[in-house]
Amino acid sequence: MSLTLLFRLSSKEIYMQKYSLFSLARNALTGHKNWQKAWRSPPLRDEYEIIIIGAGGHGLATAYYLAKEFGITNVAVLERGWLGGGNVARNTVTVRSNYLRDQSIPFYVKSVNLYEGLTKDLNFNMMHSKRTMVDVVLNYPKMRDLRRRQLTMDIYGSTYKQITVDQVRKIIPALTGGGPESRLPIIGGMVHKDAGVNRHDAVAWGYARAADALGVEMHQQTAVTSLLRANNGGIKGVETVKGTVKAKKVIVAVSGHTTSLTETVGLRLPLRTMNLTAFVSEPIKPIVDVIVNCSDLGFYFSQSDKGELVIGGAPDSGQSFRRDIKQHIFEDTVGAMLELFPAFKKLKLLRQWGGHLDIAPDASPIMDETSVSGLYVTAGWWGGYKAIPAGGLTMAHHVATNSPHSLMQAFSYNRFKNLDYILETGTTTAR
Amino acid sequence: MLLIKCPFCKNRNETEFVYGGPVGANRPDPTRASDEEWVDFLTMVPNPTGPVHERWWHARGCGEWFIICRDTVTHEILETPIEKS
Repeated sequence: MSLTLLFRLSSKEIYMQKYSLFSLARNALTGHKNWQKAWRSPPLRDEYEIIIIGAGGHGLATAYYLAKEFGITNVAVLERGWLGGGNVARNTVTVRSNYLRDQSIPFYVKSVNLYEGLTKDLNFNMMHSKRTMVDVVLNYPKMRDLRRRQLTMDIYGSTYKQITVDQVRKIIPALTGGGPESRLPIIGGMVHKDAGVNRHDAVAWGYARAADALGVEMHQQTAVTSLLRANNGGIKGVETVKGTVKAKKVIVAVSGHTTSLTETVGLRLPLRTMNLTAFVSEPIKPIVDVIVNCSDLGFYFSQSDKGELVIGGAPDSGQSFRRDIKQHIFEDTVGAMLELFPAFKKLKLLRQWGGHLDIAPDASPIMDETSVSGLYVTAGWWGGYKAIPAGGLTMAHHVATNSPHSLMQAFSYNRFKNLDYILETGTTTAR
Repeated sequence: MLLIKCPFCKNRNETEFVYGGPVGANRPDPTRASDEEWVDFLTMVPNPTGPVHERWWHARGCGEWFIICRDTVTHEILETPIEKS
């Protein structure tokens, strides 16, 4: 039986092998030698309708939604390294919508909803595990802040609920510290049921495969060295290590290196690049089935399917384009975690990594066309992993229709002109 | 961890210091600056892949504020004369 019978094939689409139990069994019989490549590697052409710089989460999602929602397939995604090797592989896969501002919450609610349907949408197992996040709260100002957040979240259909110390300890039996004898005893918690974790490689590969099937081209090992401006001041293409590529619209989705690229056409952006680090323990049997966050102490973690504790902390002081971890950040984060989870003292830590983020003065993203006509940026992501589906969808909408999507119009490039900040340090360890 | 040279205490561990942000443009005269110049001063900071001037505060030491020049890629602290932009 031919697989094409099972797969919807329109004139625009390129044949995509469907992943299913059936295809797994069929390929097992032939020794797994006949799996189709997840995406093609076509030669680089010298002109496209739209160029997306950066094959990370936001770049690939934008490419996919451009093709799927707006039928624009003459698109190239240019990547300096390898697809999905940037920040989409350097985060802690936490998906949640407990933000503070009216502009942010509906955006992240949409993103969480899209994530939950992504496995079916992309025919790629995201291993999405909707497992709840628990904020462990150690002081009353923080509790008031989170209660206030709850009231705003209620309006937009996100969920947040206050729980007692006993309930916190019931949900997280491994939490044995923070008792009445400690310097800062636990006073309660907040439960965010929408939160979950999933598989970052699946997000990158799933979007790339689905976008490829719709006709989008992926070009790895194709570093963009500079942007090119036409005589009228607008964008006309990019210079790459493989030659000049023309396009009337260029989307910069490169995270930490946004300003390095935009400055090649004289465009300054209010962003500074910081290094944020994470690390994992050795794998252990299931011990914590929720995401634990304690911003008062400055750490959060969840347990991966492999059993490793995936731990994150605060960013480094000062700008940094390094993707390493500083010893004292590491010590601070581990020390904070041991305050509440003394049993973890015996764990060995396996791996550590960093990723660079570019942060705007208000810690909210910038998703907009810039003052250079045809040049779009999606930047300023702090916790951009959870924003990938909504970020891609709304960016694609903006580029395709020349008008911002209602969910993202607040994250404009021009908001700084009126100092119209969306102050949002809605990140897990923001203090 | 950085070893930061305080003008008084010489080389000390980074953990004794508080980061004070990159050194941006000089503060314009608020009575003369246009809105654009003022917003620019408030929001724009240099973000180079290379040396950047930045302020540090020796909070857990002598309390001095000072400027160093640090490479954002190698983290090397460069012994260069401080140029005010």
